[in-house]
Amino acid sequence: MKRVALWAPLAIFALLFAVVVSGLIRPAGTTIKSAMVGKPLPRFTLPPIVAGKPGLGSATFAEGQPRLLNVFASWCVPCIAEAPQLMRLKALGVPIDGLAVRDTGPAVAGFLRRNGDPYARIGSDAQSAVQLSLGSSGVPETFVIDGRGIVVKQHIGDIRADDVAGILQAVKDAQ
Amino acid sequence: MTAYGIRDARRKIGVTVGLVLLSSIASAQPSTPPAPYANTQLADPAKEASARALMETLRCLVCQGQSIADSDADMAADMRALVRERIAAGEKPASIRDWLVARYGDYVTYDPPLSGVTWPLWLAPIVLLAAGGWIARTSFRRRGR
Repeated sequence: MKRVALWAPLAIFALLFAVVVSGLIRPAGTTIKSAMVGKPLPRFTLPPIVAGKPGLGSATFAEGQPRLLNVFASWCVPCIAEAPQLMRLKALGVPIDGLAVRDTGPAVAGFLRRNGDPYARIGSDAQSAVQLSLGSSGVPETFVIDGRGIVVKQHIGDIRADDVAGILQAVKDAQ
Repeated sequence: MTAYGIRDARRKIGVTVGLVLLSSIASAQPSTPPAPYANTQLADPAKEASARALMETLRCLVCQGQSIADSDADMAADMRALVRERIAAGEKPASIRDWLVARYGDYVTYDPPLSGVTWPLWLAPIVLLAAGGWIARTSFRRRGR
């Protein structure tokens, strides 16, 4: 008993040391995954934000065809970086709708003029209410919604060239 | 180019990259005004108090380590607006918390429920207190002798 007690402080120290070292080597991820993956898309109806482009409602996502829901903003720098990949996905035949977070009409129009316009519809999410209801914690994020309105995939951060294949596959799998 | 020249050039590049990053971060913010209830209290003091109490237990998702009551982030402002609007509409704080947990997981609350993953959080203080009591008891007994 006494011998065990003698080694206990060292054992506790070793345990703490291991915890701290593992935290240093592999820091906890700062991305927060949505818990909505696998669940139905929350109901929403959002007004349009730019002229000539309809607003966005959740009903659009239950019309039988898988779609991408891209959470973006004109003030978001990585959104500029992912714009060419969204244009590529659009060219490959994937329908994409946009959720413009805390944005204004002229700013979004300018963004689309500069970076291309991959969106079929864009809803104005002025208070990020729909973004919050999706479990999204930043821009850009992209959700794959199957034809029955179920969220099947969440992509956090900008879509890079090598992410396109995975998103395309998710869209194909959702068909 | 001398070694010093290379170092100097590197530093210049570093400063330039830093400035570019800084300017892009500074511009990466929405220009729209915050939601009406983000920074305005509810008229009913009792409702405001319960909204405030809930806000203090909700994690700001983009700043981390701060509650939405403490944070200046735009997203925290929108979450405060959401909490105040729902409290004003008569919703219970627990149901608002459940709504957010269903979307962001237990991570969003600073008051996590007891579950398979969180039980060490709740049990550790009790175990440590018991261990302290045991150590105190043995050392007092030794002194008594």
